[in-house]
Amino acid sequence: MKGINKLWIALVVLALLSPLGLLASGTAWGEWGADEFSAMLGYVPQGLARLAGLWSAPLPDYTILGLGDVPGYILSAFIGMALVVLCAWGLGRLLARAQ
Amino acid sequence: MHIPDGYLSPATCAVMYAAAAPFWYTASRKVKEVLTSKTVPLLSIFAAFSFTIMMFNAPVPDGTTAHAVGGTLMAIILGPWAATIGVSIALLIQAIFFGDGGILAFGANCFNMAVVLPLVGYFVYRAISGDTPLTSARHWIGAAIGGYVGINAAALCAAIEFGIQPVLFHAADGTPLYCPYGLSAAIPAMMLAHLTVAGLAEGVVSGGVVAFLQRAMPSLMELRKVEEALP
Repeated sequence: MKGINKLWIALVVLALLSPLGLLASGTAWGEWGADEFSAMLGYVPQGLARLAGLWSAPLPDYTILGLGDVPGYILSAFIGMALVVLCAWGLGRLLARAQ
Repeated sequence: MHIPDGYLSPATCAVMYAAAAPFWYTASRKVKEVLTSKTVPLLSIFAAFSFTIMMFNAPVPDGTTAHAVGGTLMAIILGPWAATIGVSIALLIQAIFFGDGGILAFGANCFNMAVVLPLVGYFVYRAISGDTPLTSARHWIGAAIGGYVGINAAALCAAIEFGIQPVLFHAADGTPLYCPYGLSAAIPAMMLAHLTVAGLAEGVVSGGVVAFLQRAMPSLMELRKVEEALP
């Protein structure tokens, strides 16, 4: 398809600009960690405390161990996009009509 | 809008997986009909776009943050069912690798952002764009309004899921076990963030990219029309 390369380039630019998303301080509503609950409520809801640590992501909150916030965020964007593309391409090929 | 683990009771999480499942099933069947080896790269591109656009947190007046999802845009270009698949993949990678959104809550997050958002956004877009030619301004205006309405419908669903927790699930002494905020707190907070900031962001992303594609790559805008002509 013509011009599709432009879209890939747009994705690279978007990833490089992603640290703009770090400018907003604060957490999204309903996405606070257990520590933030202690500060806000004075307690951590029991079930929440039990389930919150269920899964430990390798790159929590788009950070990469040993890298600063900004380079970590950019590299996270590239790693994430690569994984999404891999996944979507694989599933897409699997589902696509044989042509 | 990525609900982490611990905010929803396991029972709610199970119900939300069950609510998302028929849409995943239908999406996989519909996508089979419309996806060709030519459109697979586009599904990948728009899913990756959705992943990255969600990293652009914008400040909300109450001190929290919110972001666009890009699901309406994907629905307009590739159809709403492809958008369900594409956004679900982005959410899966975010949950597993970046801890953005829970594993138990994955069904709920997909229901809100990968099902409700693109379907609502798409139907608003279709209602506004109608049968006008692809060069008509009604396409990008419809995309912008569809994006705005779609993300707000998704935010309302998330707010309800949050808000029913303290009523349904509490300790014997009444202390909430999961999300401690009821509907009267969750709905205003979620809607403030999305009626103002995130809705605007989703509207600008959908409307802006569609306006750009109308001029620069009109062939992309025709993809879905081709799909709709298929039996």
